[in-house]
Amino acid sequence: MLARLELTEDEYAESVLKLSKIVDFVDQLSQADTTDVVPMAHPLDAAQRLRPDVVTEVVERDRFQENAASVADGLYLVPKVIE
Amino acid sequence: MRAGWEVVIGLEIHAQLATKSKIFSGASTAYGAAPNTQACLVDLGYPGVLPVLNVEVVHMATMFGLAVDATVAHRSVFARKNYFYPDLPKGYQISQFELPIVEHGELFITGDDGKEKRIGITRAHLEEDAGKSVHEGFDQSSGIDLNRTGTPLLEIVSEPDLRSAKEAVAYMRKIHTLVRYLGISDGNMQEGSFRCDANVSIRPDGQQALGTRAELKNLNSFRFIERAINFEIERQIDLVEDGGEVVQETRLYDSDKDETRSMRSKEEANDYRYFPDPDLLPVEISADYIEAVRQQLPELPAAKRRRFVDEYGLKAEDADMMTASRALADYFEAAVAATDAKSQLVANWVMGDLSGALNRDGLDIGDCKVAPVELAGLLTRIHDNTISGKIAKQVFEAMWDDEGTADEIIDAKGLKQITDNSAIEAVVDEVIAANPGQVAEYMAGKDKLIGFFVGQVMQATKGQANPGQVNQILKQKLKP
Amino acid sequence: MSDSKQALYSRSMTELEAGLDAGEFSSVELTRALLERIGELDATLNTFVTVTADEALAAAERADKARAAGTGGVLNGLPIIHKDIFCTRGVKTSCGSRMLDNFISPYDAAVVEKMADAGAVVLGKSNMDEFAMGSSNETSYYGAVSNPWDLECSPGGSSGGSAAAVAARFAPAATGTDTGGSIRQPAALTGTVGIKPTYGRVSRYGMIAFASSLDQAGVITRTAEDAARMLGVMAGFDERDSTSIDHPVPDYTAGLGESIKGLRVGVVRQHFDEGLDASCADRIREAIAELESLGAKAVEVDLPNLDLSVPTYYVVAPAECSSNLSRFDGVRFGHRAENAKDLLDLYCRSRGEGFGDEVKRRIMTGTYVLSAGYYDAYYLKAQQVRHLIADDFKKAFANVDIIAGPTAPSPAFKLGEKIDDPITMYLNDIYTIGANLAGLPAMSVPCGFVDDLPVGLHLVGAHFAEQTLLRCAHRYQQATDWHTACPERFQ
Repeated sequence: MLARLELTEDEYAESVLKLSKIVDFVDQLSQADTTDVVPMAHPLDAAQRLRPDVVTEVVERDRFQENAASVADGLYLVPKVIE
Repeated sequence: MRAGWEVVIGLEIHAQLATKSKIFSGASTAYGAAPNTQACLVDLGYPGVLPVLNVEVVHMATMFGLAVDATVAHRSVFARKNYFYPDLPKGYQISQFELPIVEHGELFITGDDGKEKRIGITRAHLEEDAGKSVHEGFDQSSGIDLNRTGTPLLEIVSEPDLRSAKEAVAYMRKIHTLVRYLGISDGNMQEGSFRCDANVSIRPDGQQALGTRAELKNLNSFRFIERAINFEIERQIDLVEDGGEVVQETRLYDSDKDETRSMRSKEEANDYRYFPDPDLLPVEISADYIEAVRQQLPELPAAKRRRFVDEYGLKAEDADMMTASRALADYFEAAVAATDAKSQLVANWVMGDLSGALNRDGLDIGDCKVAPVELAGLLTRIHDNTISGKIAKQVFEAMWDDEGTADEIIDAKGLKQITDNSAIEAVVDEVIAANPGQVAEYMAGKDKLIGFFVGQVMQATKGQANPGQVNQILKQKLKP
Repeated sequence: MSDSKQALYSRSMTELEAGLDAGEFSSVELTRALLERIGELDATLNTFVTVTADEALAAAERADKARAAGTGGVLNGLPIIHKDIFCTRGVKTSCGSRMLDNFISPYDAAVVEKMADAGAVVLGKSNMDEFAMGSSNETSYYGAVSNPWDLECSPGGSSGGSAAAVAARFAPAATGTDTGGSIRQPAALTGTVGIKPTYGRVSRYGMIAFASSLDQAGVITRTAEDAARMLGVMAGFDERDSTSIDHPVPDYTAGLGESIKGLRVGVVRQHFDEGLDASCADRIREAIAELESLGAKAVEVDLPNLDLSVPTYYVVAPAECSSNLSRFDGVRFGHRAENAKDLLDLYCRSRGEGFGDEVKRRIMTGTYVLSAGYYDAYYLKAQQVRHLIADDFKKAFANVDIIAGPTAPSPAFKLGEKIDDPITMYLNDIYTIGANLAGLPAMSVPCGFVDDLPVGLHLVGAHFAEQTLLRCAHRYQQATDWHTACPERFQ
């Protein structure tokens, strides 16, 4: 549900089975001794580059919206959301 | 506060940072554009696009951190906050989680007891804003405008140190003033560039453990925050005193009905599954950089306030008002520098007539129609007795209407104060002669009538006689 | 005339360039010949999702003009194929998925821009495992790709279409992407050269993301020399990609023929165990012996955490991809379910219909390993183990210049053989994954046959040591001719 995926009943059953195999498989990781090991977020030890605060984009809204299935008045449409 | 109860409040403030381009893309952040005309491919979360960090947001966050005496992290990390909502195109928001850019700051307010009170600031972190939904105008649909997506936000989280709605508002006002002083946010609550959520919980007096809290949203004015929090306090106390339990939930403030309502949860029990964003690298800030930013910080409100009291001899409350915004403070100082009149006079005029005119015309100090130097010119004429304070008000209105400088108007309208004793004496003589009855009463002991005579003289001189001299001369001539 | 044209499709880029320069044929003629060949033969392989004939011919015309004017880049008039994971403006970019079956990209990926600027002629977009998830090119919405060496076999994946197309001589080069071996493994299974550069060497801008910290663009060719040429065009800093590294791009084609005397080649003790097909092991040993005869020195090295690389990968990659794929919801682009009754329905059905099984499985795995309560045990743990693996390589590179071994545990397997058991499929990547986890450059070079199916030699280098890899591969290809072998059907 958190992943917003819809599965048929058969797909679901099969998935749960395969998923649990995968989870068992990755449980091997617990064997490794990782005391005092820093988690790696990147293969390189680089730092984030900073970009100058300048407007560089020309937004071609209509061209971009050609890919959208449902648009009106420049807005993307979704089923009504109640807040 | 109702007997036996204590309220605990923490505020989460989202300030939109006033950069020209977005935090992770080069699209414009200007307010009010037609829907989706400022949402570039990066903002739209197209396949294959990537975020690149805006240098100015790091600068602004660092300024804020220094201004609240916080630790500016040498290394901070962006994390993805994963959830689905149409105004969040990537299906995750890039934010900061374990390693925010600013931590452990503080701010001082005047507490409910009138004493100075320290409010802790747990952290301030950078994140991107989401888009907006439009619900009206469509039959079965909602329309999504992603212009706002990617606008930089600084989320400022306070410790739960606030103990009343008043304190919460005071804290919020301080933060509001501060971000505008620093020039990092325009603090415009109507346009949504300064937003506040409040976490409110109650506990019996003396209890250490915190009660369950409710999160209040949609608080977009100082007045609403105070009312919403007060409503919520009553609601929670009533609930518990009736045997119920406070539920952890999000509540929306309804300003029409002046109540808070449980929000139909848009996020259910959300597990955001935070993890460091692999498209971005850790942000590294050196001690040298931080020091350089510190050197360039503008004078902060608290320091300015103290200086105004010391240097200009203003009363504390007046100094408070004069430093409410950097623009106002700058105006005041420019005016003081250009006149010999006393600082207090300048302050009175800025707080009085000037502010009155600004409010009346719905203007900001930045759009003031009378420049500081011009106001100084007017006040100098009061100081050197060319005109009285009362006439000055008239001149001011004319200046506001673009009729010229103080001197030009005084000349044109012949408003110079009459200070020539013999001229005043002549008028006084006329008034005495014209009002024998009142003269008799005054002589008989009705001292208060001096006001009547002064009024008559002022009338006869169209208000231009120097009141002090009129008074003096009248008293002399009416000596029994 | 027709004879020389028949040989055209077998020529390398270096040879084609010589022919173009000599006026032997034009770029337009070359392009036409290849498009014809594709038209005749691709039905049996299914390597293309989209053939861009018109665009290719137009580009070829421009290239011929540029050549005549003496202008024109390093790839002027040379035909290539792009894996359908790279965004190409105005052209369908499907990523092998129903989710993007209707997607016409509004922009070009950095890799596409660079190739175009260099004058390349793009023949089309190649088939691939859906969203780059797979090692057999069987998860594509557009159907499986066949291996030109044996049509009943898989060409490997996820860049199966690119590899098969190059092996079938549809083009001398094709771009690919490699997250756990997706360039190198299909190169090994199809007898081609595949190189994945150092992480950050090539811009990921416009490359549809699977696992951001592992993905890297690369290329599949038949010769190391062509790979060097292509890499030189693709590589370079891009300010639109925060993970792109600003490191000078050398001329990869220079010094290729230099001797590898004294080159220290690491041979991994952990590689030669029961997991590796015995005959494959023989080919690898022979290849290493060949390197030694060229002057290299074999040294045994240890990669003690090798076994953990697959589980580490299968935590990190699904986690990152589960988040990367959240943007596919049918609202702004891509497949959208019809008549959605509410928002939840829109999301669930658009994604349920748009994604195939393997993709859904990885999204669920990723969602699971990141969820509250499991983050520390899985994701965090995997990132720590990743460091251990990277450190293993660092230690090894203190004593060797490159590490050699098998690319895949066996030659090409039959289509349908492994798809039912995810774990068996995942274990295909055991030799290649380490390089992705550590961000190291790696390549696969054809080194023989087992049962008439190609076997690949895997070479790994230290960060930014692509030149060492290419030189070693080139010298090897000068001394052997495995890379010139052509599948029977496609001769």
